Amino acid sequence: MEILVCVKRVPDTAENEFVMNSAGNDIERDDLVYSVNEWDNYAVEEAIQIVEKVGGSVTVVTAADADADEILRREMAMGAENGLLLNDDAFVGSDCKGIAHILKGAVGKGNYDLILTGAQADEGSGAVGGMLAAMLDLPYASLVNRVEVGDGKLTVGREIEGGRREINEITLPCVLSIQTGINEPRYVGVRGIRKVASVEIPALGAAELGIDASCVGAKGAAVRKLDYFVPVKGAGAEMLAGSAEEIADKLVEILKTNGGIS
Amino acid sequence: MAQVFAYLTHSNGVLDDAALELATAAKAISSSPATAIVAGHGVDAVAASAASIFEKVIKVDHAALSYPNAEVVRKALVAVIPQGSVVLFAHSTFSMDCAPGLSIKLGASFVADIVGIEGVEGSSLKVVRQELGGEVSTHVDVDISAGSVVAVRPGTFAPDEGKGAQGSVTDRSADLGDLSCERKFIEVQTPEAGDVDITKAEILISIGRGIEDEENIQLAMELKEAIGKGAEVSCSRPIVDAKWLEATRQVGTSGCTVKPKVYLACGISGSFQHMGGIKGGYIVAINKNPNAPIFQVADVGVVANIVEFLPVLTEKIASL
Ligand SMILES: Cc1cc2nc3c(=O)[nH]c(=O)nc-3n(C[C@H](O)[C@H](O)[C@H](O)COP(=O)(O)OP(=O)(O)OC[C@H]3O[C@@H](n4cnc5c(N)ncnc54)[C@H](O)[C@@H]3O)c2cc1C
Ligand SMILES: Cc1cc2nc3c(=O)[nH]c(=O)nc-3n(C[C@H](O)[C@H](O)[C@H](O)COP(=O)(O)OP(=O)(O)OC[C@H]3O[C@@H](n4cnc5c(N)ncnc54)[C@H](O)[C@@H]3O)c2cc1C
Repeated sequence: MEILVCVKRVPDTAENEFVMNSAGNDIERDDLVYSVNEWDNYAVEEAIQIVEKVGGSVTVVTAADADADEILRREMAMGAENGLLLNDDAFVGSDCKGIAHILKGAVGKGNYDLILTGAQADEGSGAVGGMLAAMLDLPYASLVNRVEVGDGKLTVGREIEGGRREINEITLPCVLSIQTGINEPRYVGVRGIRKVASVEIPALGAAELGIDASCVGAKGAAVRKLDYFVPVKGAGAEMLAGSAEEIADKLVEILKTNGGIS
Repeated sequence: MAQVFAYLTHSNGVLDDAALELATAAKAISSSPATAIVAGHGVDAVAASAASIFEKVIKVDHAALSYPNAEVVRKALVAVIPQGSVVLFAHSTFSMDCAPGLSIKLGASFVADIVGIEGVEGSSLKVVRQELGGEVSTHVDVDISAGSVVAVRPGTFAPDEGKGAQGSVTDRSADLGDLSCERKFIEVQTPEAGDVDITKAEILISIGRGIEDEENIQLAMELKEAIGKGAEVSCSRPIVDAKWLEATRQVGTSGCTVKPKVYLACGISGSFQHMGGIKGGYIVAINKNPNAPIFQVADVGVVANIVEFLPVLTEKIASL
């Protein structure tokens, strides 16, 4: 099975504190620590496990600037054979639909039986996979937390509310968005990364991908971010101050008053 | 002004409460009445309840819609929604399945998980979204000149209690056309009940990714022991994904819904999917990041490293 996995380089929420830039139109991105979108790691692991079972190969692709090379290599160190960077000045400012459009160009360059995305990324749209599938006229299932390979089709479990699972049969080729918890993504060590350090990663632009530049980038975007701000919601929590001991004393009182402990 | 539609979900013959919130959202977009869409099989009662909220309801009834398979529903919606419309969904596992593809098929723009509507000016709809798990927000301009598909986060809008709309139901089932698709719904599986029932606990000590290490879960267990009766340990999703605790302990939209007296959120950032599972009670948040989104919704906050702080609290309670 030939599998394409779409991955995104995102700011790591565990490693960063976010501040606005001086113009207020973005967060300060220069010194951020980046990593692979959490969901995409599960998607890559799932692809590798499928290939380990039925053969084939895994390609990881991202639409981003050259800085994303490091995340492609990280996913290749997990076991993806090929990497693909989609990079062009014309892509800057793309909305979800623009990104899906760019990825569609990459799909056209290969012969994939299965295309995986993460269920969502840092911007929380959960949109790119479903859009890509619709553009390609391929069947789609989102939030997949189980995959079983059959003959020309897959049996997939979708996570729905309350931890329930919706089972579907879906014909190949298809697009799936992968939910966390579907597997346990393998660990990547420094040695693994070193092994793929010199593998060539082709970079493709709009022309190579056969993309009409007016459909992508800021020009093609129907969704535009105007500014960034830190949300203020209600009064927020009353913050307890003092030493750990003092705060613990206050919490004990709170537990007595509100939680009924004695 | 574009015509506004609201796709209403329902289960077991009952309209989901989200319908009332979408009615409010629709009014924030247009002063002309919105049209609700109810799709399913044998959904007269659902359409009737929709008509008590919306002045106009479109009903599409077909055996292929017995279960809301997003791929089939999408085809049905393309058949009845005119190009250029604004289509509202409640942001959910269903909208994530259906709405992005629908926007492509309608040639419309798409914006998901909005937490506010600022207004419409000409063909520009201004909305508010969050990114990075709620750490930052953005104002977003959505071009609706070719229509738009908009998914609204549950809880964003107050339910429209106006009721008594006495709307009319139009049956558009005859317009459906071919609903065949390459994804077939088989069944819904319900998770097995576990040994612990966090929904009955009065005090939940809930741990998130901030617990850092599997070994540290012990710290939460010790606090639970110190409190004794009524206390239980619950968690956020990454803890279950890492298999450090069983799925039955997960709080959130894809886990359990809880209503303890006190909810002690330890090292949890406060994503809406997590908070969506907490339906009441006094929320105490302990987090090392003073800007953690959970401090916007908690009653009381403590900025601390939980690995150091939990033992101090356990000690205090044990010595009562
Ligand atoms: C310089 C810059 C300018 C931007 N300007 C705009 C703008 O004007 N308007 C706007 O709406 N957005 C803009 N964006 C955001 C960008 O378009 C987002 O990456 C896109 O909207 C997807 O965001 P998401 O996290 O919500 O994706 P989701 O739909 O939540 O992602 C789901 C999955 O899709 C795949 N995926 C997502 N993005 C990529 C990618 N880049 N490469 C490969 N796979 C991917 C991954 O598998 C991911 O798990 C800009 C980004 C940059 C870097
Ligand atoms: C469809 C869908 C359904 C979902 N359903 C659920 C659900 O049911 N339940 C759920 O929980 N999530 C759910 N999620 C995931 C959700 O989006 C978040 O990713 C998740 O809730 C984050 O968990 P967290 O707060 O533990 O981790 P993070 O967001 O990583 O936050 C960890 C927090 O710990 C703090 N921290 C780190 N170290 C320490 C320390 N030593 N001391 C104190 N604080 C520390 C950090 O500052 C941070 O705020 C769902 C996602 C999707 C897409």
